[in-house]
This record gives sequence, C-alpha cells and structure tokens, in this order.
Amino acid sequence: MTATVWPRARRAQARMLHLDPGCGSMRDLHLDALPTLLQPGDLVVVNDAATLPAELRGTTAQGPVEVRLAGMGAASPASDEITSDSIWTAVLFGAGNWRMRTEDRPSPIVLARGDTIAFAADLHATVVRVSSVSPRLVQLRFDREGAALWAALYRVGRPVQYSYLCAPLALWHVQTLFAARPWAVEMPSAGWSLDAHLLRSLRQRGVGIASVTHAAGLSSTGDPALDALLPLPERFDVPEATVRAIERARAHRGRIVAVGTTVVRALEGCAAQNGCRLRPGPGVTDLRLGPGFVPRVIDGVLTGMHDPGTSHFVLLRAFVPGPLLDAATHHAETNGYRGHEFGDTCLALAE
Amino acid sequence: MQSPTLSGFEPDTHPAVLLTGGSRGLGAALGSELARRGAQVVLVARGEAELRAVVAGIRATGGVAHALVADIGDKEAIYPLVGAATALVGPIDVLVHDASTLGPLPLGELLDTECEDFGRVLDVNLLGPFRLTKAVVGSMLLRGRGLVLGLSSDAAVNGYPGWGAYGVSKAALDHLLRTWAAELDTSGVRFLSIDPGDMDTQMHADAIPAADRSTLASPADVAIRIADLIQSQTSIATGSRVELAIRGRVA
Repeated sequence: MTATVWPRARRAQARMLHLDPGCGSMRDLHLDALPTLLQPGDLVVVNDAATLPAELRGTTAQGPVEVRLAGMGAASPASDEITSDSIWTAVLFGAGNWRMRTEDRPSPIVLARGDTIAFAADLHATVVRVSSVSPRLVQLRFDREGAALWAALYRVGRPVQYSYLCAPLALWHVQTLFAARPWAVEMPSAGWSLDAHLLRSLRQRGVGIASVTHAAGLSSTGDPALDALLPLPERFDVPEATVRAIERARAHRGRIVAVGTTVVRALEGCAAQNGCRLRPGPGVTDLRLGPGFVPRVIDGVLTGMHDPGTSHFVLLRAFVPGPLLDAATHHAETNGYRGHEFGDTCLALAE
Repeated sequence: MQSPTLSGFEPDTHPAVLLTGGSRGLGAALGSELARRGAQVVLVARGEAELRAVVAGIRATGGVAHALVADIGDKEAIYPLVGAATALVGPIDVLVHDASTLGPLPLGELLDTECEDFGRVLDVNLLGPFRLTKAVVGSMLLRGRGLVLGLSSDAAVNGYPGWGAYGVSKAALDHLLRTWAAELDTSGVRFLSIDPGDMDTQMHADAIPAADRSTLASPADVAIRIADLIQSQTSIATGSRVELAIRGRVA
C-alpha cells in the first residue's frame, strides 16, 4: 500500500473503508461519516497516551549508538510496579539516519551490563541488563529522575522517525488532539485523525467518548528475533470513568468501538486478566491479538490502513472474516488508499 | 454530594496544576498557595535559579512542586513542556497563564515601538498561551473537566499610553479564552481571565518605577484570592473576566 509522505494539515480529511463483518460488505467513505455509522449510546474509546521523544543519539566507549526507548520500566508483564522513572527498556540501533529503513541499518554495537551511554553533558544511562533474545534489547538506568530526567529527555530526544516520510517529524506532528501522559514510544496513529470537529459531531450524535492510556511500543527493531517478540509487554491504565462508560453502553446495547490497536490491547488485555471483566487501574499486558483471538469487550475497531502480515492487520482478523479482509486489502490497494501512520482509515464494525 | 468546584475538582483531591511565570511575583505566590492546598504544581519560567528557589521553598513545607525551565514564547518549547509536566503530575487539571512580558523598558509609546519588540510581546503573552492551551485542553475535553486561567490586566480594557503592546496582548488573551469558552461551552472545561489589580511585584516596578509601593497589593494576598476562586463552588460563567481589585486595593 502506498504510504503517506507527510502528515496532512486537516487531520480528519482521511478516507475510511468501512467493512461490515455482519453482511460481508465494504464501502468507500470518508472519516467524517463516522458519526453517521454510530448510534446514540455507542462508545468510542481512544488512547490518550502522548508520544515520547523516544529516539536518542548517544555515544559509548565503543562508538555512537541510537537508542529507542521501548517503554518505562522492565519489559516483563510481572513488573508492573514502576518505582522510578529512571529505568527504561530500550532497543539499540546501528548507524544511519531517518531516511534508512530500520531493517537496512547495520547492526548496532554490542553493549554489556555496566556500559554507559552519554546522551548529553547532563544525561547518561547505564546498561543494567541485556536480553538473552537479542543484544539489542537492553534495560537502561538514567543518571537522573523526575523533572531533570524529563527535561533532558525532551531536549535530547525526538520522535521515532519513518523513512517513507519526506522530512523528519517534530514532536507536535506525532501528538493526538487529546494527548496526556507521555507513554507511547510510537504514535497511537488511529487517534491522530480525530479532530475537535469530529469529536463534537460524535457527541452531538449521542456517542460517548472515553479513553485509556496505553504505552504503545516500537513497531520494528531491525532484528527478526526481536521483531518476533513484538509487541513487548506494554503498560496500560483504564480509568474508572471508562469502565463505567463501557458498562453503561453495554447495558443499553451500545457498541464499543476501539480507536486503534492499542485500545484493543489495553481493554482486552485488562479483561483477559480479570475473568473477562474490566477492572479500573493500571496494568501491564502481554496479550497477543493473533489468529483465534476473540474480543470480549470490543465490538468494532477504527484503525489505520496496514499491510498484510503486520500485527495491526492480524488484529483485524479478530473482527473481520478472512474473505472480506482479503477483498478489502485488494480493494484498498487498487483504489489508492494510503497506508502507514498518517494514512487513511478502516472501520470494522457491523451495522 | 458536594457540587464541584470551579476547576471541577473536589476540595480534597490533588489537582495537577501547570503554571507559567512561576519564578516571581504572583506566579510564585499562586504556585506556592495552590501547593499548600494540596495541588501538585509544575512551575515554569525562564530563570532557572529563581524557579528552583521557589520549588525548594514549596517542597520545604511539604508541598509537591516541580520546576521546568522554558520560554513560553518559544514554539519549540511547548510540547516538551506539556509532555514533561504531564509525566510528572499526570493529566493537567488547571492551566494558569501567568508568564508575560512588558517588552523593552522603560515602556515607550507605540510610535517608538519596534515591530520586532511588539511581536515578541505577542509571542510570550498571546501565542504562547494559545499553543500551550491547545496542547493541554484536548485531554481536559476528553475528561470533561479542567480550568484554564489567564492573568489579565486593566491595560487590556483601557488604552494607557505606553502600555500598547502589553495591553493589546492582554486584550487578545482575554478574547482567546472567551472564544475558547464559547467553543467548549458545555464540555466541562472552563476558561477565565483574572485581572489581579496592581501588585507589588518586579513587573510593576519595571513598568512604574515611581509607584508608591504602599498602595500596591501583596502577591501573596492576591494568590489567596485566586486560589479561593479556583476552589470555590461559585458558578462564575466560563469565559468571564474577573476583576479582583480596583486601583491597587484588594476588593
């Protein structure tokens, strides 16, 4: 699928391919038609994580290295206690710039436990663990915390870049309208297309809007062994107001529409850990939304256009029968839909 | 159940406050007062040493405060500022636009004002608050609550000779918040302009060096009034402009 080359000025001006798994049909629409496809009492759930400046360039005794933060804390579903903001899971990348595809980069230098990376005069990190799966996956401890750490991260880092774009992205390009806590290392891209006008139209239609915070992780690492592990365990937080809104919607036969894969992961991951029921509060999920996954909470999903084989695409299989999805993929490719971040959208929802 | 406060938060919670201009004068006093009342405050200013001293003072008395050094007139500073602040205290509940500049001193009349100096005043006093509000309000909108306060001046209403750039910027800030209030009228997110009146601050001394300081209100007293307002259950209409004082005397 053709990629978009730059974020469009009017976010909601995207095409939307509506797939109706109920009757097996598809329709070419624009995103502004979303409110007309929803009913009063339906609930749209977005991911309100802001996107971090997750790409940092540093130097080590062995040479330069690019570090991409993969998430705060350790990459293990068991460690949902985050005691300090100075511990991060990160992936090391080899030399190159944003114009090179991740998979074309040379291998990064190999770091060992105890090695230090200098990012700036006032920001260093020590490697505290190296993964047995891939030497690229490490755990770092920064030499500061709190306001000093965050100020330095925002000064040194920049958002993860995409080689198909025509120029490097600034931090504001990758924020959704409703971005709050900076938990996402890559942009929660489906929500990026929602603008204030569209949110107003949804409200006027009687559609509820709720949020989760989900720490969307890296989409690729350049190492097949590590890519096979993606997504790594990710933090989420489901506010009590969202649990109540979902229960209220379901009690009145309203449908729950997730905006983006990360919302599916947060809500279904939360439900999977609590006997198919949602529990408010923070957690960590390692739920994989592969073939055979049956959604318990979510009825439909608004997502970007993704190529077959990607984890986003695989997720759609949970909502759309195979033949319809195959037809939709062919249709999107032959009709010029734009893929990847900042591209067009796809709504999987039975009417 | 108690009716919600002006900021939409119960009195016993710990709202997240992002306040610009926190190193001196009213900003420092209001940050300290809100922290004393249990808020988690992030104070922003350009002057690092002064800002750290204010935050250290708040922490010494058991308050929660963080210092972020930034120039609100710098477009590049806004998203890093909001990201770092939100990482530290969570989604912002109360945003206070207190930072502002008078422009070059001593104050000069408009015919003597360089266009670039006029532009810089608008960058700090108007565009900065616009950008910052834009980066914060979307999250308030989703949560259905929040308060954005702009510190205004009677120079926003009256055309005082010599106060041209500053007065224009404050009039525009008032109107920015008024318009935002109209657009988000029923959302639960509220916008207010507050004219605190003449206070005994460095900014006042810069503007009117010959002023009789004994006629000026203390920033600490005005901060108490504003904190009371934020915590009050009064139903001031969103988009209002509140005048706290008349001619230097706290009303």
